[in-house]
Amino acid sequence: MLDKRMTIDDIVGQLSDGMTLGIGGWATRRKPMALVRAIARSSLKDLTIVTYGGPDVGMLCAAGKVRKLVFAFVSLDHYPLDPHFRAARQNGAIEVLELDEGMFHWGLRAAAMRLPFLPTRIGIGTDIINQSGFEFKFVTSPYADGEELVAMPALNLDVALIHTNLSDERGDILTLSADPLFDELIVRAADKCFASVEKIVPTAELNMAENCRYNLVERPMITGIVEAPYGAHPTAAAPDYQIDLKALKAYTESAASPEAWDEYRAKFVDVSDADYLAAAGGAEAINALPKPVY
Amino acid sequence: MTDTTYSLAELVIAACAEAWRDSGEIMATGIGPLPRIGAGLAKMTFSPAIQTTDGECWYTSEPVPPGKRAVQPELEGLANYDRVFSALWSGKRHAMVGPVQLDRYGQANISVIGDHRKPKSAMLGARGFPGNSISHPNSFFFPNHNNRAFVEGEVDFVCMAGYNPARYRNGQPPKGLDLRIIVTNLCVMDFGGPDHQIRVVSLHPGVTFEEVQENTGFPLARIAQDIPTTPAPTAEQLAIIAGLDPNNVRASVFKDNPPGVRG
Repeated sequence: MLDKRMTIDDIVGQLSDGMTLGIGGWATRRKPMALVRAIARSSLKDLTIVTYGGPDVGMLCAAGKVRKLVFAFVSLDHYPLDPHFRAARQNGAIEVLELDEGMFHWGLRAAAMRLPFLPTRIGIGTDIINQSGFEFKFVTSPYADGEELVAMPALNLDVALIHTNLSDERGDILTLSADPLFDELIVRAADKCFASVEKIVPTAELNMAENCRYNLVERPMITGIVEAPYGAHPTAAAPDYQIDLKALKAYTESAASPEAWDEYRAKFVDVSDADYLAAAGGAEAINALPKPVY
Repeated sequence: MTDTTYSLAELVIAACAEAWRDSGEIMATGIGPLPRIGAGLAKMTFSPAIQTTDGECWYTSEPVPPGKRAVQPELEGLANYDRVFSALWSGKRHAMVGPVQLDRYGQANISVIGDHRKPKSAMLGARGFPGNSISHPNSFFFPNHNNRAFVEGEVDFVCMAGYNPARYRNGQPPKGLDLRIIVTNLCVMDFGGPDHQIRVVSLHPGVTFEEVQENTGFPLARIAQDIPTTPAPTAEQLAIIAGLDPNNVRASVFKDNPPGVRG
């Protein structure tokens, strides 16, 4: 039988210095935080991170793992600005390629389609196309309109990391949140994808006849899976659990000083997943988190 | 005349709502409490066909209040991000957003203050501003009308395209660029001056053109020698606003929640 189950350490062992990692989710939703914390603990360095950024970005910046960030925003939603990300930017510690959210989508789609670029109007008239780190090129429509468009380059990824709700042992995943976000494209843009999942179940329990719309990609796209309950915490993995605002606040406060970060790191990063869950208040408390309002 | 009193926030909400008058059946996005309540006010009065979201991923039948909700809203459709992109690229959306800086061309910034490579202040990032700006109508809200918001030169990092010919290879912005109104704590402006010059179309009660100009880093046009006063919200509008914002979030936007008519 096909069995793609791995441990978190197995997955981190598949990564290497200088890789380009796409991270799924969006801001405070479905970030594979158990995997992110494991990367923060590892000896990996010089990573290029490509993501609709949430606390994953700031945490990896604070841990010194990031050489370059490809992003459209980094936000913690209810705490709009991530102080770890801001510090990394303001210290000039990371290179960036800043994109519009839709251009970012388009770059992933180009990579997923194995195309070198996709044309778009987005970026015209802005400084997005005038950044020092990347020279955007233009293409002219070959049709009668002759419009000049931006050639959004493919965002090719070495590895995609996503978090999802259910999977069987083969990697047939179900992402049950109402918004699938762009995890499908992150996976398709990458050579390999590792998914942390809330729960691994027998295939029959996926109830695919009912749930097929939640199956974002076919299983050959999924290289490995790890069961990581609460693996998105403090971000949401609805319908399993909601955003933990208190935990996000503790994360933002850890940017107050090097000592504060050391303390946060000792309590929430340099720990086993079981100890993390206990430090985060335990399963029952996370299950009881209220649905946030936006 | 009525003796109804109203707050500056309520005056601003009524002014924001005007952005969506005659907009037809489109997605209305108001970022921040006052534009959001403004979109709700437009929906509940003169633009019933507009669609508003819960800020997460649903279109709701009725506008959702900022803050706590007493009842779960009735959902009328899915507004996941992929579909928001598709909707906005179609042009069927009008957003009112709150940038940190705006310049004389309507170019807006929410990314960084200072040098992009090593900014003095890093903020959110460009988000969807570049695509929004050339795809569908956009309006703006600024809670503090001053020279740091309305900058003298160009904004530090252009996230939203504007009417700046130097930024376009053929001198012309894409057809979708359509900047509408700017609502501030002092006035309402639009882009109706010569060559899209920003012009004052109404002054909030007690505000002078000179005060607005002093607090703006570039020269403003005026709609007329005698600039109209921003219309006061009606009693009906005030009642609807109260219903749209039961948590009174609007009272926390301006320091000390000042009245609409300066004392």
